[in-house]
Order: sequence, then C-alpha cells, then structure tokens
Amino acid sequence: MLDVILMLLVLFNLFSLGSTRISASIRVVAYQGAAIGVVPLFLPGKIPGGILVTIVLVTLLVKAGILPWFLRYAQKRVNVRREEKPFVGASASILSGVAALGTAFFISSRLPIPFAVASPFIVPVALSVSLTGFFIIISRAEALSQVIGYLILENGIYLFGIALLLEQPLLVELGMLLDVFVGIFVMGITVFHISREFEHTDTSRLSGLADWLPEVKRSE
Amino acid sequence: MKNLYPLFNVIIALAAAPLMFGVINRIKAFFAGRKGPPLLQLYFDIGKLLRKGAVYSRTTGIFFRLAPSAGLIAVLTALLFIPCGAYPAVLFFPGDMVLVVYLLGAQRFCMLLAALDTGSSFEGMGAGRDAHFSVFSETVLFLCLAAMSAASGSVSLNGMLFTAGGRIWQVSPPVLVVVVFVLYIVLLAENYRVPFDDPNTHLELTMIHEVMALDHGGPDLAMLEYAAALKFWILASLPAGLLFPHGMKPDFFGNAALFLGLIALTAALTGALESCAARLRLVKVPQMLTAAAALSVVALIFLAK
Amino acid sequence: MAILLFLVPFAAGLAAFVIKSDRLRRRLLFSVACAHAVFSLYLCLFPSGGEDYRWLWFGLDALGRYFTAVFSLLFLCASFYAVIYLKEEKSRPREKKEEGLLFNNAPEAAFTGCLLVFLASMSLLALSRHFGLIWIAMEATTLVSAPLIYFHRQRSSLEATWKYLLICSVGIALALFGNLFLAVSASGQGPGTEISIDRLLGPGVRLDPLWLKAGFIFVLVGYGTKMGLAPMHTWLPDAHSEAPSVASALLSGALLNCAFLAILRFYQLCLANGLGPFCRELFLIFGILSMAVAAVFIIGQSDYKRLLAYSSVEHMGILCFAVAVGTAYGSMLQAANHSFLKGALFICAGNILAGFRSKKIADVRGIAHIMPWAGVLWFAGILAICGMPPFGAFLSEWIILKAAFSSGNLWLPAVYLFLLGVIFIGMTGTGIRMTFGVPSIPEGKKSFLSLLPALLLLLLSLFLGIYMPAALDGAVSGAAALLGGQG
Repeated sequence: MLDVILMLLVLFNLFSLGSTRISASIRVVAYQGAAIGVVPLFLPGKIPGGILVTIVLVTLLVKAGILPWFLRYAQKRVNVRREEKPFVGASASILSGVAALGTAFFISSRLPIPFAVASPFIVPVALSVSLTGFFIIISRAEALSQVIGYLILENGIYLFGIALLLEQPLLVELGMLLDVFVGIFVMGITVFHISREFEHTDTSRLSGLADWLPEVKRSE
Repeated sequence: MKNLYPLFNVIIALAAAPLMFGVINRIKAFFAGRKGPPLLQLYFDIGKLLRKGAVYSRTTGIFFRLAPSAGLIAVLTALLFIPCGAYPAVLFFPGDMVLVVYLLGAQRFCMLLAALDTGSSFEGMGAGRDAHFSVFSETVLFLCLAAMSAASGSVSLNGMLFTAGGRIWQVSPPVLVVVVFVLYIVLLAENYRVPFDDPNTHLELTMIHEVMALDHGGPDLAMLEYAAALKFWILASLPAGLLFPHGMKPDFFGNAALFLGLIALTAALTGALESCAARLRLVKVPQMLTAAAALSVVALIFLAK
Repeated sequence: MAILLFLVPFAAGLAAFVIKSDRLRRRLLFSVACAHAVFSLYLCLFPSGGEDYRWLWFGLDALGRYFTAVFSLLFLCASFYAVIYLKEEKSRPREKKEEGLLFNNAPEAAFTGCLLVFLASMSLLALSRHFGLIWIAMEATTLVSAPLIYFHRQRSSLEATWKYLLICSVGIALALFGNLFLAVSASGQGPGTEISIDRLLGPGVRLDPLWLKAGFIFVLVGYGTKMGLAPMHTWLPDAHSEAPSVASALLSGALLNCAFLAILRFYQLCLANGLGPFCRELFLIFGILSMAVAAVFIIGQSDYKRLLAYSSVEHMGILCFAVAVGTAYGSMLQAANHSFLKGALFICAGNILAGFRSKKIADVRGIAHIMPWAGVLWFAGILAICGMPPFGAFLSEWIILKAAFSSGNLWLPAVYLFLLGVIFIGMTGTGIRMTFGVPSIPEGKKSFLSLLPALLLLLLSLFLGIYMPAALDGAVSGAAALLGGQG
C-alpha cells in the first residue's frame, strides 16, 4: 500500500509540472499533502497509536486543508488563472521531472540507509518531490506558482523526515510544520502586496533591481 | 496435440480480430442511443471488397500496388510472436519484442509509401502527420516493453507474458498498473482512435489514418482493413497478457475465451472512450504522448531499481 | 537564566504590536536593547566558572556567548538610531528622488515589534543546542525580517522582499534536508537519537561519515544562502539596499553572523568525526568565490548601499576563508569587527540618504563639507572595513593572512591579498569621491545625535584593534577552541 502512495506522489509531481493552471496545481498540492499525511499509518514503528493519529490528523489538516484553502483565497484575491509565460514549457517540464526522478534514484543509491525501511522507494520519491518543487520555483515566473513550488519542496522534505525518522522527538516535526504554515502565510501576504502594487504578480517583470541591466530599465 | 495449441490460438486470433471493431462500433452506437451495425459487419465488408476489382490511378507506381499485401504479411508475421494467455507463442527468441515493434512499423511504412506514391497533397499531409506521431508512439511502446522486460527479466514477448506469468506482478504492482495504462494509451495512438484521431471523420484536413486508406479499393482495401484489425488485436494482447489471470490455469477453450474476453473488454473501453471524449488538437498530441513517455520512464526507473 | 535573552525581547516584541503610544514603544525598544546588551556582555566576558547554562535544549557555550554579545551590542546602537529615525519618519510621506513618487511607510508598531522579535529569534538561535531548534529559529528570523525590509512601501522594496523571502526560504529548506541527513547519520546510536549538539558530541559517538558529509553540504548551501555566500547571495544586495538603514545594519551585521553560527555548529560535529579537511575545502571554495564575486560587483557599483551589501558578501567570504586556513580565532575576531563596522557604515548611510535624498553614488558629493561628522565617519568607516590599521579589521585580517601563509600553499595568501586589494581600490575610490569634492546639495542635515551610534561602533572596532583585554581574549579563544582552531 505504501508503494501505491509513493507511485501516486510521483504521478502528482508530473501533473504539477505539466499543468500551467494555478487552480489545478493547488488541487494537486492538496492531494499530495493528503497522501503524505497518511504515510505514517503504513510505516512499521513503535509509536503509540494516539500520537500517531494526532500527527496524521494535524498534518492532513494543515497540508491538505488550511494551506490549499489559503492559496485558493490568495489566487482569487490576486485574480490569476494560469501561468502566462513559464520559462520552461509543459512537455520539457515533465521530462525534467522524470530526469529529477532518475537523479533522485541515483543519489539514493549512493546513500544507503543504515537501518531498515518500509520500502526502498521512500528516499528516492521524497528526493524527487523536493527536486520537483525546486524545479517549479526556478522555472515559473508567476509568484503564486513559486509559492506552490515551495510548498511541494517542503512536502518532499517532510516525507523524508516522517518516513525515516518517526521516532525522533516529534516536537521538531510539528515545529517544522508550524514554520511552513507561517512561511506560506507570509509569502501569501507578500503576493497580495505585489498584486496591489504592480497590478500583476509576474515576478519576471520585477527586475528593477539588478546590477547588470542598464539603469534605463527602472521604469516598472 | 498440445504442441499445436499455439497454432490454434493464432487461427482463433485470425478469425476473431475483425470482431473487435464490431464491438467498438456497437458500443459507440449504444452510447448514442442507436442500434448500430451488426457485430460481424467487418467480415461482410471484407467479403464484399474481396469480390470487387481495384482501380489504380495512372500516377501510382509499384509501391501502391504492393503496399497492402506487404503490410498484411508483416502484421501476420508479428502475430506469430504474441503469446495467448496461458499458452506460448508460435515463435519466440530473445529480443523478439524489438522485431514485433519493427514489423508493425514496417506495416506503417508500407502504408506511408503507398500514400506518398499517389502524388496527392492530402495523402502527403496525412502521411507526414502519421510519421510525426509515430515517432512518439513507437518510443513510448519501446519504453513500455523495456519496463515490462525489467519487471519480468526477459527480453522476449513470450518470456514476459507467458513464462513470467503472474510473477511479473510481484515486483511492484502499482508500477505495473501504470505500465498497463500507458500501453492502453499506445494502443489508442497506434490504432488511430480518439483522442488521437477520429476514425469517422470525412474531412480530409482532419484525417491522419483514413487518408492512407482513401485511395485503395477492392482487395487492397480489404487487406488494409484486415491488417488494421490484426494490429488492434496485437497491441491489445499486450495489456491483456499482463492482466491475464494465470493462476486460474484454464484449459484450451477456457483460455481462448478468457483472452478473447479481455481483448473484447479493451475494445469496449475504446468504444466508450470514443463516445465520451473528444479528439485532441494536433499540437497537443505530442504533448500527450510525451506525458505517456514520462510515465513509462518513471515505471522503468521504479522497476529497474 | 540565559533563556531570558530570548524571552524578554520576545515578550516585548509582542507587546510592541499592541502598544498604542509611540513614545512608550520606542522607550521599550531601547530599554530592552540596553538590558539585553548588558546581560549578554556580562555573560560573555565573565562566564562564571566555565559553566554553560544548560537547560533542556537551550544553553550558551563559549561560541554562543561570543556571538550573542556581538549582535547584542550592535542591536543596542541600532535601536538608538532606530528611535531617532522613527521619530523623523513619522510625520511626512517620503519622496524617493529617482522615481519621484510618494510613498508611505508601514505602521511603526509593526516595525518595532518585528525588530524586537528579530532580536529574540537571533538569541534563540544562539541559545539552541538542538539542530531542529536552530532551524526553527533561522526560519523565524527570515519571516520576521521580511516586514523590516518592506518598511518603505514601494515597488523596489517589494521586489527585494519577495526575492529575500523566496531565496532564503528555499535555502533554509535545503538546510532542513541537512538536519534530516544528520539524524540518519546519528541513527547508528539507536533509533530516536535526538540531534542535539551535546548528545552528538558525547564520548564514543560515531556518526555515519557518508550521511554526515551529505548533511554538511546541504547545510552549507542552505544556511550559506542565508549567510550570503556566492553563488547564493543574489538576494543580498537587493534586500540590504532597499531596507531602511536600521534594518540593513542589523541584517548585515547580525543576521549573517547568526547564519554562520548555524553552519559552525554543524562544523563542530564534523570536526569531532574526522571530517575537518573535507569541510575546510568546502569553506575555501565558497570563501574565495564570495570574495571574488564581491570584488567584481564592487568595482563600478553605482549605489552606495549596494556597495556596502557586496562588502558584506566579501566579509562572509573572508570568514569562511579564515576557517578554511585553520584560524578560527581570526574568523571570530573578523566577525565582530565586521558587525560593528558594517553597522556603523549603514547608520552613516542612513544619515547620508536623509540628507542627500538619493542612493546613487553619482548624486552624493562633498559630504565632508556640508555634513562634517557624517563625512568623517563615512570615510573612516570605509577605510576601516577595507582593513586599515589601527581599526580592528586590520588585526583580524592580518591574523588570517598569517594563517594563510602558514598553510603552505602560497596561492592562498596570494589570492586573498589580491581580492582584498581589488576591493580596497573599489571602495576607497568611491569613498573619496563621495566624501570630498564640491558638495552636490547646498545644505545638509547637521544632526549629531543620529550619528552617535555610528561613532560608538567605530570606536568599538578601534578598541578591538588596539587593545585586547584578557577577558576579551579569553572569550574569543574560547569560541575558537570549540572550532578546533588556534591562532
């Protein structure tokens, strides 16, 4: 069952890379968060049932509920439907996502886990989710897309943490969740300001400050 | 007697292939609220065409006359390598999966040659589109076969679908589900079904495959139609072989019935999809096939680990 | 007890958001800053009997004490300047000369509150003994300093804030990967081994070298983004030039040091597990790269606050270079000097901006004639930060040079001297052009009070360069000893 979830996560990755519509991306991120949230239920471990259920519920609430809701709210306020000019097109993004998966498998083959894990695919899939998020951040110009990419990046790191290190003092995991939560809120607020100030949220047009552009460009 | 079972399976395939197109049309009619053509319609059509004569344009050359038969021979040869459920294929050797794909490609090549031989612009356009899309669909097909061979450990179609049997699912079931899905997409692409091409279109500008069949008549057209039906059967045997319940160990007739049922199910699914979905814009077809290629590479990476 | 260093500013920050009276708020800011500075200086210079104030996951070892004292002193001077600056900014909307637009500032309560919570989160970082807590504190500093950059509500600040938020958050996410890799490498000690420094530096603890190396790389790249190492420094010039000078001083002088502290904590673990040479190689690469990138962009720079920002990149490179050639003492001393001098320079820059209303170097001429104190402090500050004796930066850069020579490879000191020279030419050329010559505006501000903090910081650096009392030397070498360096 864990393998099914991991496969689904990879499919979600590819979908988020291939779609340029913001609302579709937000939905995929919500599903991804939900899939990652239920992963702890399929891991063998000695966590008492009550704590496990709490973690799962809190993660589901934050990753699949609150954060996507906030992103959708931001999208409505900022009124952006799709990514107008991504730096990398849809097909090339999907192929890069596959390359990221290959890279993740390569890296994880060089880093053998010193203890037993539930599935040999967890580390590669977690790394590939993070690489996908990173790729989305650098290949999209739309500010909300970049925030979505950041959320996917954090999802990958969270999967890595929760799958390998469930016995760690969980306060840190929850603290991390809190930080991501607040981070996304702050980013969302900044996006509001950007849209209010510039009447668009296209970060490729935020290039007034640079050392290598001629000074004439300071009109926006 | 048992050694002849694979041959009997091939005879059953030869007999049953045109039935599948009948199933597709009947399902489409059902969705549209009509009664639809009889299930055996393609048999009647082929019979009628065989009794007719053919008219050849003066601009066509030798390729136009030879292409339909050459294509049919290629497809018939490919059929000999496909195992049927719990029985092996007639011919097999390591690496025959490449040969099968090339034989199917050879059939397409013959059709392309014939189309270009007519010297007409519509045929040229259709041939160009067909060749363009085949680049993607054949790549995806190869990647799927590579994934299947990684899962089963064999590079022969017979090895993958018959010898490995149910064991092919033990490596990683969810990944193989993705492979089945991508094989289905390849089936749609290679057989010119919706969403890649509309088989009912009568507008030349929107034709991809129908253009090839446009100029042939009589026995040539019969051979083309029959080859198309066999191609559908061959490509549908791949997911059917993966999904076949090897654990049941049926006898000969049970095996044939199960396999026929699986392929008929594929045909019904195709018909349903054709009724419910619309055809993709031509520029979107490479994107869709690239996504399918990405999925098959993902499956390959998972299975090759 | 030392936990008060975090709790008091945090509570004060929360209070500042709700306090309505501006005067009360400013007084709160300044008094908390004073108390914090006095307490941390006391803890640093007079550690009672070598005890390290441990409690749960908090504790102040020599390294933590030293860094806390440095940024606390800087915060004190910065808060003094902030009080004066906020009083001035309050009344009128400002006009930005180059764009000719009017803009409004953010509410003062938010600014003051964020300043105090910023101090609290930096203290938390210095106090943390658990790597997860360090991470949380680092993320908190990013989130809390973003509104500080966006104080002047205008387009360029917004752009700078967005780049800052995104790039630093991605960097910190990479550092989280480093933390998780560390946890995997520590799993050999038993499942559920907590990743705290005390536990992992304990006797007989062996960490998996492969995962530790991978973790260090991620942490260096991740926290290095926050620290301003090239090539991850791209947010730094924008953020530090667009923020108001108070925030720039703190970001440059305090936050970059805290990011370095986070990397150093990981470095401690690597040293204890025999990965010292590997880590020092990486420090060398990033150090020299940062210095080189800074040198390239300092020549021909047209904006004086960006000039100071690239100088920060350079000094962060020097800090890494110092650790790479084996002198942690020099690195620590350089960190303190850079903080004080950069703080002084940014405060001067704030005054110059208030007087000349432009951030372009071409628009600023003849400061010494119309704003004498500002001119003196600006010029002295630029010379000091380029390593001119008798200021402290000369001493620390000299120590680093000695260590570079003794490392055996002659290319190292050669590259170091060359890059320092290039930066010296770039910066002092600009400094001379700005300070002397015919003034470009008729009348300048003649307020001394807003320059007082800059003067104090410069004098601090001068003091560090001339006289090293035993207590101070003990503090610096105590910090350096934790990093395995002598010198």
